[in-house]
Amino acid sequence: MANMTLIQAVNDGLKTAMRTDESVLVFGEDVGPKGGVFLATEGLTSEFGERRCFDTPLSEDGIVGTAVGMAINGLKPVAEIQFQDFIFPAFDQIVSEAAKFRYRSGGLYTVPMVIRTPYGGGIRGGLYHSQSGEAYFCHTPGLKVVIPSNPHDAKGLLLASIADPDPVLFLEPKALYRAVKGEVPDGHYTVDLSTLRTAREGSDVTVFCYGAMVPVCMQAAERAAELGIEAQIMDLRTLMPLDEEGVLEAAKRTGRVVVVHEAPRFCGYGAEISALIAEHAIEYMEAPVARVTGFDTPFPNTLEHHYLPDDRRVLDAIEHVHNY
Amino acid sequence: MKLTDPLTVIAPDGSTPGHDPKLSDDELVYCYRTMLRVRAFDDTCMKLQRSGRIGFSIPNRGIEATQVGAASALRKTDWLFPSYRDFGMALYHGITSLEMMNNMYGNAADTSKGRQMPVHFGFTDPIKWVSISSPIGTHIPQAVGAAYAMQYRGEDHVALASFGDGGTSSLGFHSGLNFAGVWKAPVVFLCQNNGWAISCPSEKQTASQGYAIKGRAYGVPGIVVDGNDLLAVRQAMLEAVDRARTGGGPTIIEAVTFRMGGHSTSDDPTKYVPKEELEAWAAKDPVARFERYLEGRGLWTKEHAEAMYAEAMEEIGAAARKAEDTPAPGLETIFSDVFEEVPEHLRKQGQAAFDLASRKGDAAGGGGEFPL
Repeated sequence: MANMTLIQAVNDGLKTAMRTDESVLVFGEDVGPKGGVFLATEGLTSEFGERRCFDTPLSEDGIVGTAVGMAINGLKPVAEIQFQDFIFPAFDQIVSEAAKFRYRSGGLYTVPMVIRTPYGGGIRGGLYHSQSGEAYFCHTPGLKVVIPSNPHDAKGLLLASIADPDPVLFLEPKALYRAVKGEVPDGHYTVDLSTLRTAREGSDVTVFCYGAMVPVCMQAAERAAELGIEAQIMDLRTLMPLDEEGVLEAAKRTGRVVVVHEAPRFCGYGAEISALIAEHAIEYMEAPVARVTGFDTPFPNTLEHHYLPDDRRVLDAIEHVHNY
Repeated sequence: MKLTDPLTVIAPDGSTPGHDPKLSDDELVYCYRTMLRVRAFDDTCMKLQRSGRIGFSIPNRGIEATQVGAASALRKTDWLFPSYRDFGMALYHGITSLEMMNNMYGNAADTSKGRQMPVHFGFTDPIKWVSISSPIGTHIPQAVGAAYAMQYRGEDHVALASFGDGGTSSLGFHSGLNFAGVWKAPVVFLCQNNGWAISCPSEKQTASQGYAIKGRAYGVPGIVVDGNDLLAVRQAMLEAVDRARTGGGPTIIEAVTFRMGGHSTSDDPTKYVPKEELEAWAAKDPVARFERYLEGRGLWTKEHAEAMYAEAMEEIGAAARKAEDTPAPGLETIFSDVFEEVPEHLRKQGQAAFDLASRKGDAAGGGGEFPL
């Protein structure tokens, strides 16, 4: 056990995977000797050599396209996209290729690979270093989408993603890279994909969230508790495939639901959670589902703290569904 | 020689002074027979499409020498990242006409389980024929990645990425060549410059002096070959493959040829291909060229050729009938192979589809005519 930040846990997860499996390769822009712009890959090139951890040309399409080719030919690539905002040149490779190979080839060719990329706001990165694009990818059959919220899960989910037989988009909440610390087990362990985590017990309101919104919701829950409202905080961890039963169970427990994400609202992930509850648990609901999200605008720079859901906004929604 | 002067081996009269094809007589006849089988496959598919029995096919006429010449330089342990117009490579390497027909019909025996359009083949045996997708150029960086894996494991295998002139404008072409150059990956890029990307001629595709030259800026050596000359394509491929196997890195080969048919069975090329251009290329027919070569070596007679074509038509016709008699894939195949394990939400959607079918009957089969 060691006390680590989330970024250290990612680094530890990568090293653990590379130590146990020679077919695991790590590459992307500046991930080699520099260790990545956030230092997620620090020390990998020196420990594993340039054939296993290396810098690539500045081409997201090339990074993911070559990773797909490696994966169908027996390697386990863990490709880094420097910021999720830069992933779109690789959208075709992810959506049309990685996610569809198994299906279109009847299982003859499969793509066991991981694409790691930091997402979300909180670093004054403006339009192009702050976005949360999870909804684009969750809409793609054949692709798994995973988002950790703490060091323990970051390492365990990353190792589970690397071991997974299907392509996984691993979105790392960059706002939490150094903002959260926690105990991380030594060596190899996994956190099962498609499992929820109850971050806080509470019987009055259920809050669904993931990634960087989890600590925000925890803060809001503490403030709600001062008002006599006990919020249950559910960390979704894997957005696709989602543990739908777990979501419905948690929603039914309180009958009052808030969904929180920093991505824009329209067609955002919260819409799916809301629809799921409307379809399968409406008779348990005491209030309409409330969504706390980023605005349907591009991501602003100077005023990003107004754009990002904070404990005020989440608390307001908790109070609203509680008092409905 | 300018970079854009194509390498030629077989002279118009069929002679090849001083050239060693590095193929036995039987192998040479096998190459020829494969080209005839491509023609027979095309002819059969055209009839099947015109009579509404299959929805779509891709004519290969005119490109056969490029396909077979390139395929002949590869081993069974090499990987093919083909384009959709590469039937000759499949047939050369022993993929059967029945396996191909199963895909044309999208039946239960189709390796893609009826999920893909016709000609989007995927096979692993007897050679790695990587499942084809429709977006252009996406397979080019994938071939480079697969080649990196070969290099990483110390294998002397080669990946071949095959694409058309239109493919050189794609994102994947540029990222693929760039990565391959940097990595010295054991990959061969085969650009089949057949003059037309659907209805778009080369001058609208690029202002460059051809396509092989595009490798130069990526540190990838390029060569232009006469794509209607099977032995020239083979020679360029042998050199490129040898370079790749021995650590010399990638090569781009531009095979200058011509698509004598439409882009697909749904396309009418007479609307945009000038008649004179078509006639000029018809005179350079790659099969006739190879016939003259074989004849000069005493390996060709008209009767033998006709018998081989008739035999191919019979074989492929039988394959089509068998594929037509094979039932469609089961409803459950919509929901499998999305992930290795069927997740809960898909299991529920599948169950709902079955339940609906039992309550309200099966979905009516739609017509649906493919426009391209």
